[in-house]
Amino acid sequence: MNRFAALLDALLFTPSRNGKLRLMQEYFATAADPERGWALAALTGELVFDAAKPNQVRALAAARVDPELLGWSYDFVGDLAETVSLIWPEAPGGEGHVPTLPEIVERLKGASRAEVARLIEPWLDALDATGRWALLKLVTGELRIGVSARLAKSALAEWGGVAIDRIEEIWHGLPPPYQPLFDWLEGRRPPPEIGDLPTFCPLMLAQPLDDAEIADLHPRDYLAEWKWDGIRVQLVSRGGEKRLYSRSGDEIGAAFPDICAVMAPDVTLDGELLVIRNGEVASFNHLQQRLNRKTPVAKLLRDLPAGVRLYDMLREGPEDLRGLSFAERRRRLEAWYARAPRPALDLSPLVPFTSWEELADLRDGARERGIEGLMLKRADSLYVAGRPKGPWFKWKRGALTLDTVLMYAQRGHGKRSSFYSDYTFGAWRGDELVPVGKAYSGFTDEELRRLDLWVRNNTVKRWGPVREVRAQIVLEVAFDSVHRSTRHRSGVAMRFPRIHRIRWDKPVREADTVEALEKLLT
Amino acid sequence: MPSSALRPETWIKATPAGLYCEPGDFHIDPLVPVPRALITHGHGDHARPGNERVLATPGTIAIMRLRYAELAGGSLQPLDYGETITSGDVTVRLVPAGHVLGSAQVVLDYHGTRAVVSGDYKRRPDPTCEPFEPCNCDLFITEATFGLPVFRHPPDRIEIDKLLHSLSLFRERCHVVGVYALGKCQRVLALLRRAGYDEPVYLHGALIGLTELYENLGVSLGPVLPWTDAPREALKGRIVLAPPAATTDRWSRRLPDPLVAIASGWMRVRQRAKARGVELPLVISDHADWDELTATIDEVAAEEVWVTHGREEALVYYATRKGYRARSLALTGFEEDE
Repeated sequence: MNRFAALLDALLFTPSRNGKLRLMQEYFATAADPERGWALAALTGELVFDAAKPNQVRALAAARVDPELLGWSYDFVGDLAETVSLIWPEAPGGEGHVPTLPEIVERLKGASRAEVARLIEPWLDALDATGRWALLKLVTGELRIGVSARLAKSALAEWGGVAIDRIEEIWHGLPPPYQPLFDWLEGRRPPPEIGDLPTFCPLMLAQPLDDAEIADLHPRDYLAEWKWDGIRVQLVSRGGEKRLYSRSGDEIGAAFPDICAVMAPDVTLDGELLVIRNGEVASFNHLQQRLNRKTPVAKLLRDLPAGVRLYDMLREGPEDLRGLSFAERRRRLEAWYARAPRPALDLSPLVPFTSWEELADLRDGARERGIEGLMLKRADSLYVAGRPKGPWFKWKRGALTLDTVLMYAQRGHGKRSSFYSDYTFGAWRGDELVPVGKAYSGFTDEELRRLDLWVRNNTVKRWGPVREVRAQIVLEVAFDSVHRSTRHRSGVAMRFPRIHRIRWDKPVREADTVEALEKLLT
Repeated sequence: MPSSALRPETWIKATPAGLYCEPGDFHIDPLVPVPRALITHGHGDHARPGNERVLATPGTIAIMRLRYAELAGGSLQPLDYGETITSGDVTVRLVPAGHVLGSAQVVLDYHGTRAVVSGDYKRRPDPTCEPFEPCNCDLFITEATFGLPVFRHPPDRIEIDKLLHSLSLFRERCHVVGVYALGKCQRVLALLRRAGYDEPVYLHGALIGLTELYENLGVSLGPVLPWTDAPREALKGRIVLAPPAATTDRWSRRLPDPLVAIASGWMRVRQRAKARGVELPLVISDHADWDELTATIDEVAAEEVWVTHGREEALVYYATRKGYRARSLALTGFEEDE
């Protein structure tokens, strides 16, 4: 367990993707079976226990240390699992058998919440502080170490020398600790056969399209659809089982029982998950509320009903359609839907057009909620995993922009740790500047150097790592939409804010107001 | 302490200028210049410039001379560990505190009662300085920098191995380790050597003078070079030591893909380490951890415990629960950093 704990600890502190990949690869290359398989399950979120409650963990610690000292320590550290892992009294010379990760998994499987607390106590005695921290993170639910399931699979794929979609295709057909997978990646066995299981088909993704690039494309070659402001999902039913996968291949069916209930048998469909009320798409914010709930209550299902707007079909019955053209797959999808319409599922309509100018007008005219722009797909494109250049484009509507004032700056992480690269900007409310958002991107390296220097020379106050700066710089911020938020003092929050231009020339009094931002609410 | 003995607060006082021993007429680690100062060790928040007369160990005096030159004090009087000197009716003795080279506890005997001022101290072995020597006393005046039970420093070797492992995994990255110029820098060097690392270690300019001083005083630290001696590319896969603040500031941009480590007891708390942008936290401290603070209080068998600076409330609470008469002096002017 201490080995795995050290990996989690190192991952937590390593900001760069490459660094994380290397740490995981080193671990896969050197850890034994089945420990590394269980570790992979933990990293990909497949290791789920009946989670211990924070109160149980706190009670365990309070039985060992003075509650007053525990309280002060918790106040200082701020995280319960970490406080308990650090404060846990260590027996001189270590006590008992240090549990291995497979032992821990074996004992915790099927244990009730009350049993979990009893099981972990002797382990806390035997592990070191990092081991205790990792154990408590495991049993209380979330690791939060900045590693997505996809990143862990990428590490595995790179280490094994295979493309990641080969792993994603079979992933959901293999239970942890994935021995056949490791056997294959280490060349001892052929790729695992997963049979008739509802596994994920790695997605085909679109490239962004600049207005300038479009002149080189032929309108005849492409079909257009609206680009919906939801999340991409894959609906898979096969062998009597149903799955709803997110774009990264995570199973999210439990959060969307309303979708699972209407899924048709023996198809794999590609579409956009949205909240649809009375045929109208609700804002992304509403969808976010659904996504935040791992198991929704009845009221949420009633108030925010989910729907999927379908745009592709990858399997029908036993037939894999990915080798067919998009036009052909679309015909199959329409025919299938005409035979078997389902509530909460509908077809994303094709948008007819004859010229790019016409399509651009349609795109810019579509201000209704839920539309982000257009998707362009070559009629002859086969369904290829990854993001090939050419067959599919996303053509987003021009972003919204607002002139704001730089208020605070904070240093970034990793390569940017010596640069003030995270900017909080505000808009006017009367004579007062109110923070309305935060952006980390959109500027060139040269602009970053200039802003960094400016921040250092114009700091008026320091709040720990944050510098408050003179209100002198106007930042033109681009963003996709605005919604209400109780978390921000301004009451509104932007979606995907980024620095569009730095207006060194513009007087701050001419920056926009909070009111102007509110007018853009969707 | 015999019942007829003096209550300590009648002869040792916490004043705005720092601890003051009235019958001896001297301050200990004063915050402002005073006529007579007794200095426990060379860190800037304990040894300040401008006092008229300074008494300290020869090591501390050498450090003050290096840092402050002629501002180190009007007269600098060395007192070796274990030697005594009398001031008024007070007998003064300095004994090793194990914190940094030259660091001392102050042992004061006055009319049959004994007070010990710990200064900053640690209990674990440090190849660069004399080990802490516990002294029985009636009053123990202790620091409490890491005065919470979450602070338990792991063995040094584990932390140094973390650094060496990272160096082997990320060979193309320069490993820049944030260390205090006095003490931590030299201790990390010595620990690296003990772990068998004999490559040159590169130093930020601010660390060079004190490292040379340690060498001159007989502490051998292996090959060190100013970082400016190496072309940028040559620093890949190398260890560069620098003051903590420099590791994530503009200076570090001149290093090839720096991986930031900081060696400090604070690194024990993950969120604190993360907030500082540290990629490799190394829990190496020159202060006593909670277990050492509490064990030391028990060991010196004082009836009364005063806590100078740090997280005093928890240590005072602990000492009170254990039956000591304890109070917090809440002295200001000492830095959180180490």
